[in-house]
Amino acid sequence: MALSDQELKEIAYLARINVKEDSLPSLKKELEDILGLFEELNAAETSEISAMSHPLDLSQPTRQDEVTEENLREELLKNAPSVQSGLFLVPKVIEGEE
Amino acid sequence: MKNYADNWEAVIGLEIHVQLSTKSKLFSGASTNFGALPNTQACNIDLAMPGVLPVLNEEVLRMAIKLGKALNADINSPTSFARKNYFYPDSPKGYQISQMDKPIVESGYLDIDTENGVKRIGVTRAHLEEDAGKSLHDDFDGQSGIDLNRAGTPLLEIVSEPEINTPQEAVAYLKSIHSIIRYLEISDGNMAEGSMRCDANVSVRKKGDTKLGTRTETKNVNSFRFVEKAIQYEIDRQINELESGNQITQETRLYDSQANTTRPMRSKEFANDYRYFPEPDLLPINLEKEFIEEVMATMPEMPTQKKIRFVSEFNLSEYDADLLAADKDLANFFEAVVKVSNSPKLSANWIMGELSAELNNENLSINESKINSNQLGQLILRIEDGTISGKIAKEIFEKLWSSDKEVDEIIQGEGLEQVTDDKEIESMIDEVINNNPEQLEQYRSGKDRLFGFFVGQVMKASQGKANPKQVNDILRKKLEK
Repeated sequence: MALSDQELKEIAYLARINVKEDSLPSLKKELEDILGLFEELNAAETSEISAMSHPLDLSQPTRQDEVTEENLREELLKNAPSVQSGLFLVPKVIEGEE
Repeated sequence: MKNYADNWEAVIGLEIHVQLSTKSKLFSGASTNFGALPNTQACNIDLAMPGVLPVLNEEVLRMAIKLGKALNADINSPTSFARKNYFYPDSPKGYQISQMDKPIVESGYLDIDTENGVKRIGVTRAHLEEDAGKSLHDDFDGQSGIDLNRAGTPLLEIVSEPEINTPQEAVAYLKSIHSIIRYLEISDGNMAEGSMRCDANVSVRKKGDTKLGTRTETKNVNSFRFVEKAIQYEIDRQINELESGNQITQETRLYDSQANTTRPMRSKEFANDYRYFPEPDLLPINLEKEFIEEVMATMPEMPTQKKIRFVSEFNLSEYDADLLAADKDLANFFEAVVKVSNSPKLSANWIMGELSAELNNENLSINESKINSNQLGQLILRIEDGTISGKIAKEIFEKLWSSDKEVDEIIQGEGLEQVTDDKEIESMIDEVINNNPEQLEQYRSGKDRLFGFFVGQVMKASQGKANPKQVNDILRKKLEK
């Protein structure tokens, strides 16, 4: 399956991967090869088989609705490069405003 | 009202997010309490630390099944989760666990009351998903602060068919969903705190067209009133654009309640492409027949059933029954009052009249009422058995509201019993007649309207305690002499 440069760039953008211009041709080739494998899978006769959403034929176990996690804020905040007033700080992202 | 209605019709679909009132999160054992200090209720799983796995909270399945039943919908089994991929700092995983192909609830409906009678609105689906955290855009040295307490809180997203045609119908539908989730006790439905949020998909088309127009999605609407106004604004805006020869752009818009307008959200270079795929960390969920039946057995009486029962059991009007049954707490209060008063109609009147007025006045909910159901029931009982008049009852009501005394205590303590002794009433009437010879003359010469004057004077003389019916009867005999 052929991919356009534009499609490739969109996929990279959605995955937030910064792809250098000169690596586009090789990446494109690799991705097309992978898509080719899916096309082979798509060719398989499956009309008699019902779709499965997980390879294991089991049902999801559940837990009771109980609070079991304690407050580990101070420990967890230590993982972040920047914190203030108990908040994780991130570069400013505002979606929705002009 | 604009006259566009003649040429245009709106097509509206609502997506309602309901925060489920579980103790712990959808996939972790962190607390869901509202208002805790930032990040004190966000655990390893909510923060997407490497190696963690989601474990499903069983209670959300019960809640979703109840909602499905209340919406006359199918419950899918197996039901499965999917990943919705997007990057935003309030969602640490880089995806939201949601449902795509097999939502837990599918193909239901809801009947709403409109000015043209009952209308059935289809409910396409209701699916489980995780809520996101909160971004705080105050100034943190040019950065945003992230609080992940809300991340992973369970949501049910209820999606309607595009079968709503007016802002009023949209509000009726929303109120009905609100009433249902409160009855089921699966959410507190508090729109101001964000436990119930509504997005409106709106498009317009010329009447008679069968093809849908281009739609916009309006977000950020956090009260019933704003839902009505935002949709009305968006309908008017789209009609104006189209009437002016412009096109509607398919976009997401934000409602600004202060300006009462909607405006487009900054559009991205590429349209969102969520690249859904089945969630590999969670197996499909088989809902056993026994489990579903066990949940069904816990279904409470729903608003519509309660309304019908109020009409048949208590002989209330449709209007009264509807108002009382819409709110579960109010309905319970009413039934508790009737148990004591044994007088449904009078109880309904007092609850929707005096009591509602006081509650509104002080901005209290029925559960915060300063008069309990037993006191109101007693008060009404004393009217019914003739101990006090309706007028005195209102005075006692005020005293009950502002003190912790009981009804009989106030009546006896202040000598407020109704005067029902014929002799006593007669002597009061005689006095009033003697004191007003002029009015008596006028009345006897045909000025019938003065009858009310005499009643008023007698009631005043008795300090409101004379039985009004007896006053009327005796007064009429005396005046006709």
